[in-house]
Amino acid sequence: MQIELTHYLLLTAVLFAIGVMGVLTRKNLIVLLMSVEIMLNAVNLTFVAVARYTADLTGQVLVFFVMCVAAAEVAVGLAVLIALWRHRGTMHMDSFRLLKW
Amino acid sequence: METVLFAILGIAAILAALLTITSPSPIASALYLVGVMFSLAGLYVLLAAPFVAAIQVIVYAGAVIVLMLFVIMLLNLRPVEEKSAAGWQTAGIAVASLVLLTAFVAIMSASSQLAVVNDVPTTFGKTVEIGKLLYSRYLYAFEVVAVLLLLAIVGAVALIRKPDSADGDGEAHAD
Repeated sequence: MQIELTHYLLLTAVLFAIGVMGVLTRKNLIVLLMSVEIMLNAVNLTFVAVARYTADLTGQVLVFFVMCVAAAEVAVGLAVLIALWRHRGTMHMDSFRLLKW
Repeated sequence: METVLFAILGIAAILAALLTITSPSPIASALYLVGVMFSLAGLYVLLAAPFVAAIQVIVYAGAVIVLMLFVIMLLNLRPVEEKSAAGWQTAGIAVASLVLLTAFVAIMSASSQLAVVNDVPTTFGKTVEIGKLLYSRYLYAFEVVAVLLLLAIVGAVALIRKPDSADGDGEAHAD
């Protein structure tokens, strides 16, 4: 069986859905960040797969930018987590409901 | 050969991702996430993207996950009790399934219209080619990303400063 673009796209769909499930079901803020990373990586795989099967390098350049933004997101996100930890002493999502209506 | 590698790496990625979001200990989650990153790096190699595979391992497995592990260990995080309502869990799984279903339908309905090139030049995805693009067509985006990373560093440092050192500036320079 020849591996085609469709197979890669289906794989990224599964990975993205796993990330969505992690964000919606977990209560630990760090695991939440990891789920976001899984979603970003699924999108990166889509970019690379489409770049390969359309013979257009733009997709790989975009992955480079996505990785930079993801690195910035993780750095700021973890800094926010540490600040929250200092204020509340917990990582449980239900402890942070000040903005919840 | 390519099919076998795709199957192995794809299944490994999915299993590692599932273990990441289900394991109770954050450290185990981070280590499983490394597995996801490495599987994806292997898939990038299959997709004629050696440069992306290299920075995937260096940036994600090397830097991002290590940063997360540092934070988990510094804060001495234990597994938090996840006694969320069963209804909320079910809702989460339902929404994720809906996302999956939508993506499947979209991919399947579009797959016949995709213009697919089966052969790429041997230089495709090499670092030189990506570098040429980065420093010509995407030069402005490249510079803006550099500024973004600088802002992220400054923002992260500003966020984790101790609150009581905000008005104690003179204290820092006292001696």
